[in-house]
This record gives sequence, C-alpha cells and structure tokens, in this order.
Amino acid sequence: MRQYAEKLGRATVSGLEELGYALSLFVESFYWIFFGYRRGQSVSIAATFKQMMQVGVAAIPISAALSFAVGIMLAIQGIHTLKAFGAESQVVVGIALSVTREFAPLIIGILIAGRSGSAIAARVGTMQVSQEIDALQVIGISPVRYLVAPALLAMMVMVPTLTFFADIVGMLGGAFFSVLELNISMEAYVDRTIKALTVDDILQGIWKSIVFAIIIAVVGFINGFSVTGGAEGVGKATTRSVVQAISLIIVADMAFTFYLNH
Amino acid sequence: MTTTKKISSEPVIEVQDLVAHYGSREVLHGINLSIHDGEIMVIMGGSGSGKSTVLRHMLGLNTPSSGAVKLLGQDITRITSKEIDILRRNIGVSFQGGALFNSMTVGENIILPLREHTQLDEKTMQIMCRMKLELVSLAGFEDLMPAQLSGGMVKRAALARAIIMDPKLLFFDEPSAGLDPVVSAELDELILRIRQAMKTTIVVVTHELDSTFRIADRITVLDEGNVLMVGTVDEVRNSKNKRIMDLLGRRVREIKIDAEEYLNRLTGEQVRETG
Ligand SMILES: Nc1ncnc2c1ncn2[C@@H]1O[C@H](COP(=O)(O)OP(=O)(O)OP(=O)(O)O)[C@@H](O)[C@H]1O
Ligand SMILES: [Mg+2]
Repeated sequence: MRQYAEKLGRATVSGLEELGYALSLFVESFYWIFFGYRRGQSVSIAATFKQMMQVGVAAIPISAALSFAVGIMLAIQGIHTLKAFGAESQVVVGIALSVTREFAPLIIGILIAGRSGSAIAARVGTMQVSQEIDALQVIGISPVRYLVAPALLAMMVMVPTLTFFADIVGMLGGAFFSVLELNISMEAYVDRTIKALTVDDILQGIWKSIVFAIIIAVVGFINGFSVTGGAEGVGKATTRSVVQAISLIIVADMAFTFYLNH
Repeated sequence: MTTTKKISSEPVIEVQDLVAHYGSREVLHGINLSIHDGEIMVIMGGSGSGKSTVLRHMLGLNTPSSGAVKLLGQDITRITSKEIDILRRNIGVSFQGGALFNSMTVGENIILPLREHTQLDEKTMQIMCRMKLELVSLAGFEDLMPAQLSGGMVKRAALARAIIMDPKLLFFDEPSAGLDPVVSAELDELILRIRQAMKTTIVVVTHELDSTFRIADRITVLDEGNVLMVGTVDEVRNSKNKRIMDLLGRRVREIKIDAEEYLNRLTGEQVRETG
C-alpha cells in the first residue's frame, strides 16, 4: 500500500514536472519569436516555412481523403438515425455542425499527431542521442529557438488551416452521399448548410485545432529532448509522444466542448 | 613535444570545488582544476571516473550542485544565458561522435556558427570554411553529407566546425574513440598543429594513454569523481600512486571483496536499506 502511494506520489510529481516543462517550452518559444531579434537570434522564417510544408502541405491529400470519408460516414449514420423520426432532411444541419465543431479538428489533430508529432519526437530524439542538441547549445544556438519555435509556429498555422480545409471537404463528403440518397439538389444542400452554420461553429473548431497544434508540438519535443539510451530510446519516445498527444487531444477536446457549450 | 612551457599568470579555465549529482548520486566530489593560456590539458581516468561529467560542466551543459566553473574569467554558473551565449563564441567543442548535424552538408555544418553569430557575406564564409577544411585535410569534402564520411573524417569535420570562430578555448571529447591507431595519431598531430597555429588552449578528455602522452602538457587524473593527480607527462608516468599505476596498466587492479557486502548486494539488502 505504501509502495503504491509512493508510486502514485512520484508519478504525480513527474507529471507536474512535465507540465511545467511543457509550459516553459511554450513560453520560451514565444519569447524567441517575439524578442529573438533583440539578441540577434531571430526565429528563422525559412525553417518555419519548411516545417509548414512538411506539417501542412504534405498532409493535404491524406487530410482530404479522411475528412471526405468522415463526411460520408456522418451522412450514413445521420440519415439512418433521423429516418426513425422521418426527419432525414435534417441531416444537413447535423453534418454541418458536427463536422465544423467536432470532427474536422479531431481528425486533423489525430492525423497530425501521428504524422508530424512522431516525426518531431524521432528527429529531436536522434539529435539528442548523437549530441547534436548539445552541439547546438555550445555553439550558442538555443535549441528552443532553432528547433522548437519554427515547428510550433508552423503547427499553429497549419493545423487550423488544415482543419478549415477539412471542414469544407468533410461537408462535401456529407453532401455527396446525402444528395444521392435523399434526392435533393447540390444547390439546395449548400444553401441549407450555409443557413445552418454560424461563424461561431467554425471558430469553435478552429480554436480547438490551435490548442491541438500546441499539444502535438510540445509533446513531441518534450519526448524528443528527454530521450536517453540510443536508438531504442528514440523508438520509445516516438511511440510515447503519439499516444500522449492523442490522449491529450481527446481530453482537451472534451473539456473544450463542455466549456464552450455551457 | 616536450616543451618546457612557461606557465602564464592567469588561468583561462578554473574549476573550483565542483560537486555534481545525477539524481541523488554524487558523481563529482569537489573537483579543482586550473588550466593556463595556450596549454593542452588532458583529463584522463578510467571508465566512469567522471571525465565526461566534468567536461559537461565546463561547457555549461550541466548545472553543478555547488562550486564554480570559470571560463576566461567568467563564472558560467552565475552569468545570464545571454552572457553565456556571448562567451560561447570563444569556445569550440568537438564531441565524441562528432555531433555533426545530419541534415546539413559538411560545409553547412562548419559554417553554421558563422551564419548564426556573424554578419559575414556568403563568399567570406565559404572561404573561411575552406581554410578550416584545408587545415584538417578535408579540402573538397564540403558538399558531402555527414553520413558519407568515415569515422576519422567525421572527427576532423567536427574539429573544423569547432575552430571556425577561432576560439580561445577548444574542448575535445575522446578524440581517439573508435579510430584505428594510425588515424588516431594523425588526429593528435592535428590537435598539436591547431595549438601551434592558433595558440588555443585545449582540453582533451580521453582514456587513451598513447594519445595522452603524445599531446599533453599536463595531465589531470580523475578517479571515482576525485582528482587523483595533476602533473606533467613525466610526473604522471613516474608516479608511485597505486591507482595511477593501475590506470597506466602496470598493475592489474586488486579487487577487494568484502564478503558481507557482497552477500548483501546479491540478496538486494543494500538496496532496501537505503531506498
Ligand atoms: N546521464 C546520466 N545519468 C545518471 N548517471 C550518469 C549519467 N551519466 C553518467 N552517469 C554516471 O556518472 C558517473 C561518471 O560518468 P562519466 O560519464 O562522467 O564517466 P567517464 O569518465 O566519462 O566514463 P567513460 O570513459 O566510460 O565515458 C558514472 O558512474 C556514470 O554511471
Ligand atoms: Mg565519457
């Protein structure tokens, strides 16, 4: 029992330590983004763009495919459920709201956590093992400025952008199925979608996605920086970062949804 | 290389009463060291004696539990991160595995410190890069990726990056690790040449005896987190200290066996008592 309590205590302390570390990484990144130039150490725009390409642009095809599929899935379920009440045509509203408020940010968050969060952890972990991080530091280059800030910035721009893109493609997927199934015209579908949606619905998803972006980047870097023990350590850190990021995204999503709708 | 160098007045590197822990375990128990301008100091010791840990503290990569580390007159345990960044422009480090950035070419690696810390134009930086590559006999290799180099070439490229800013202090971690004796001897020559050309103060961490005796002006012998001895090559060679003789391989280390402690270790008693 005492052992168990001790374990729990230690886990809590290390959890809190990690949270503190996460916060300090985030704050320090923004310090460099805003004040780096004062110390002659600006965050590289080229590096940020490179990250944006990797995180965002390269993920467009897979994002499109996934959100289109989710749109279709929502349409099938929606029509099936609403049929019982003879209210199939209401599916348009259901799809519009659930895609923008919930599914687009969640799908993109999970996708990017798996795709780019793991890549961050692997890249930084490898650099840690080969002492490249130490080398940066002794050259006088802050690893936070050089590695974390560009990736964090790229995430915070690209994940919301992809989410907005997924909003549109997701609704298109829903429309595609509904138009065929319910015999309504595409024009009518789009018209009703626009009537059903408010800017707030879209913004709710976008805000969430910004939070998810921060989670993915920070979790990836924390795990990468804390790698010890060679290639095996890198593998563990990569897996750990994906699991942690996805778990945190889902918990944050729930908290967010609760908070925004009360 | 048996110059009888005049030891100049002020030490450029001073470590005072350095105590360091990993977790709750104390691994350095009060290290004192002073290294003079233009000197090559080799820090030697067996595996686990704390060489790398001392080096990490001298580079400001670890924070000591107590004590001071002064580089060029500044105590790096007390100055701000901004001051330390400026100080680091005078310091070059060649890491054990080279630590070249794998995503950049050799040339980009070597230029990186210049790019980050100076306003030189591209052409000038290229020229400086080629000069250093020439010095380490790697001329023409600037467009290769680090993965395309052999172990010895990686070390030399890392050295070129370490000296690109013409540092006053140069740190070298295990220069001979993983190299064959011939390549290792070449690298030693190179270290001596750099000192001669640039009057750099050089600190080398190694457990290689041959290499140590070839390059050292003075040697610091570490043992289990303590400084066992500081002296010239001859002083260390002729030392009658048992532990040093062990290290020099003239005696096989006696292994003390305390029967009770041994039994405790096996049964895990020790762990439970302290844990
Ligand atoms: N990251 C670490 N975490 C915990 N303990 C460590 C760590 N690094 C080193 N130690 C311990 O500190 C002590 C000194 O290690 P250090 O690496 O400085 O020795 P060394 O002289 O460089 O040895 P080697 O020649 O094998 O590299 C050792 O007992 C080692 O187990
Ligand atoms: Mg070592």
